[in-house]
Amino acid sequence: MQASHLPTTTASRLALTLAGVAGLIFLVLPIFIVVPMSFSASRFLAFPPPAWSVRWYHEYFTSAEWMLATGVSLQVAAATCLIATPIGVAAAYAVNIRKTRASEIAYALLMVPLMIPHIIVAVGVFFLFARIRLNNTLTGIILAHTMLAIPFVLITTLSGLQGFDMNQERAAQSLGVNRLTAFLKVTAPQIKGSIIAGALFAFISSLDEVVVSLFLSGGPTSTLPKRMFVALRDEVDPTIAAISSLLIFASLGIGLGAVVASRKS
Amino acid sequence: MASEHSAGRQALLLLPGLLFIGLLLLLPLLWLLALSFYDNGLSLAHYARLIEDPSYYKSFLLTFEIAGTVTVVATLIGYPLCYWMLGLSPFWQRIAVICVLIPFWTSLLVRTYAWLVLLQRRGLVNSGLQSLGLIEEPLALMYNATGTSIGMTHILLPFLVLPLFANMQTIDRDLLKAAAALGGSPGFVFWRVFFPLSLPGLTAGALLVFVLSIGYYVTPQLLGGGSTVMIGQIIQRNIELFSSWGAASAVSMVLLLMVMAVFLLMSRYLSLDRVFGAR
Repeated sequence: MQASHLPTTTASRLALTLAGVAGLIFLVLPIFIVVPMSFSASRFLAFPPPAWSVRWYHEYFTSAEWMLATGVSLQVAAATCLIATPIGVAAAYAVNIRKTRASEIAYALLMVPLMIPHIIVAVGVFFLFARIRLNNTLTGIILAHTMLAIPFVLITTLSGLQGFDMNQERAAQSLGVNRLTAFLKVTAPQIKGSIIAGALFAFISSLDEVVVSLFLSGGPTSTLPKRMFVALRDEVDPTIAAISSLLIFASLGIGLGAVVASRKS
Repeated sequence: MASEHSAGRQALLLLPGLLFIGLLLLLPLLWLLALSFYDNGLSLAHYARLIEDPSYYKSFLLTFEIAGTVTVVATLIGYPLCYWMLGLSPFWQRIAVICVLIPFWTSLLVRTYAWLVLLQRRGLVNSGLQSLGLIEEPLALMYNATGTSIGMTHILLPFLVLPLFANMQTIDRDLLKAAAALGGSPGFVFWRVFFPLSLPGLTAGALLVFVLSIGYYVTPQLLGGGSTVMIGQIIQRNIELFSSWGAASAVSMVLLLMVMAVFLLMSRYLSLDRVFGAR
């Protein structure tokens, strides 16, 4: 234990352990409370559930509306991931090759989506899309989600590139291959993990996005989070518990996958 | 290689990303900026209304109250948590970091829903407190500012913990040993050596929590009920209920200005990619 290096007395160490464990429980427990709720037989949110059943899962998988929204969300997330990943990787590569004043400004601009509250993004894009008739279209949502996802790919790829020796790529070029081939054959395989992690974050950021979808999507193009939000606002539908449990395990898997992938490169 | 050549290549590689940001973010923001000054001609009417109409003032005040509460509570939970994690063995440290990342990865809506389940009148928190005999009647934990603050603290806590923990890990332990060897009591060493060295991480994390809080929409809308109206909801209501683009734009611009000011302040302590890179 390294604890001895830290200034603590025995009494304060006990208090600290309690505070730390309580903090972790506060972070994790509320999320997993949703899982037993999803197996409740009751329509009401009683805990523990009076009886167990899979009716809410059945409800979800047999509801045309929920399935449609899920399909929309998966399509949008897949398209966002496919578009944002090459764009983010290209930008990360460009930022990494040479640091100039212009490239620093470009980098800062590409990071702006992380800083601006989504409600402002939503209102702004909604106003723009109303002029060019992209509201309530899949194209519109995909474009907006791609813009929001680029920084995630940029950050993760850049952190991979910073641990990579660019001389390897120059060596390949001096041996006669062109720059793109050198990147694809030499650099990309070595930073593959970071690129995969970035792509996974782009996917999940789109899958979870609520506010922008709330404004831009509607009717048959409603995303899953939009439908969930509306269902929660109007009346708490227990089907949400089933969907939430599925989403928890999906994002857990994707998150852990990204951690493992980025550690490998 | 010729530097001109590679400068062009660099620009070309950045172009697609910049096009997305330019067309889908900067252009709409400029448009909102223009709208905020337009009311049958150039006008400050939308901004004047923000000052004159007490409902705006109340909403801004409430937003700052909630954001301040969330920041303070997150600090009170997050700081001891980070300090405790620092003393763990590498294996348990990794487990603890994953526990912090789990809520970070989980959908915002799912986490808000979890609190909806926990905080309701007959929810787990109320029934737990009742069975412990601490309260007789269920507390009103939801559809008010309390519920909003609890939910947002949970959702934003990882944004404090991750930069703070990263900062604490860089603190040189030899300084602590030296201070202790020179006769400093544990309390002295903590408050006079460790705590000041952890302040950049704490400041960055706290500012990040604060800035993310003031722009929140989903959680206050679902946990706050009709009476807890934060700035984000004012923007949404102006558009969906009143189609008042000018008013919504003016509020957006004020919010944007505040957010940018906090990020500018924060960039003195921490670079952004370190914060979000942990994702």
